[in-house]
Amino acid sequence: MSGDLMKRLAEARKNSNVALLAEAIPYAKWMRIAPENGTGELLTRMRYHDELIGNTFLPAIHGGTLGAMLEMAAIFHLLWETETPTVPKIVNITVDYLRSAGPRDVIASAKVTKQGRRMVNVFAEAWQDDRSRPVASASAHFLVQSDDEPSAL
Amino acid sequence: MTKPPLTTPDERLALFQTMFSDAIPHNKALGIKVVAVARGLASMQLDWREELVGNPETGVLAGGPLTAMLDGCCGMAVATMLKKPEPFATLDLRIDYAKPAEPGKPVIAEAECYRITRSVAFTRAFAHQGDPKNPVAAAAGTFMLGTKGKVTRPQSVKDLLK
Repeated sequence: MSGDLMKRLAEARKNSNVALLAEAIPYAKWMRIAPENGTGELLTRMRYHDELIGNTFLPAIHGGTLGAMLEMAAIFHLLWETETPTVPKIVNITVDYLRSAGPRDVIASAKVTKQGRRMVNVFAEAWQDDRSRPVASASAHFLVQSDDEPSAL
Repeated sequence: MTKPPLTTPDERLALFQTMFSDAIPHNKALGIKVVAVARGLASMQLDWREELVGNPETGVLAGGPLTAMLDGCCGMAVATMLKKPEPFATLDLRIDYAKPAEPGKPVIAEAECYRITRSVAFTRAFAHQGDPKNPVAAAAGTFMLGTKGKVTRPQSVKDLLK
């Protein structure tokens, strides 16, 4: 489906630079969401900027952006950590909002809960300063092998 | 109340546009337009643009902008149902991506707050591109009422809809 993103993936692997994945996705660039691999574990970071704010009084980051970055974290994880032959197509996502997120960077990790032949279930979690105090978590389904089904990406 | 009544639907929409899009930095950045409002109902529009694309080869919007609009639209539906002005926050949000949004065309979200209790409000929403029977996404969101924070103008909109 997205040949360009799969090409970027090959390039990113060759250069051991996972951040190249975000370069192929206009929305990821606009949102300043990119994967990073400093500690060996793939993490996705949403760099803080004022346009992420949803509540100016607290202030707090917009819930929709947390859902968006958890979704991107799940996609980057599937691309980087699994041998998916195509770009995973999101079917659905459920986001739980656990704490309000302040005007700072948000970091997310993801893991595969169940890998099927066609469908994958991924769990993702986002935090700010303290990993043990997540601001949001999500579980999402992705189709990993089929051309006929839904996709936002 | 000292507030003068709103006379036209356009004035009412303009006020909701200010409160639920222009005053919320991320909604403003997405360019969200408030297109309809009534007790328990809210509708918003997101125009296609290159920056919001998830797949540059097809031009299809990423899921994120839809998630953000559906969250905001469900939240606005909740605000119209509050019995008293109070802060609230999204508790959870589920999005089903029914099909890719057609590139270049706006996406319209329509949300309904179908039940509100002292602590929780329940909402549903659909996103479509002109035909509500043919949605690109469906959402179910629940909201926690009486969360911390100040009472703000968007939480006092009930009187505007009488």
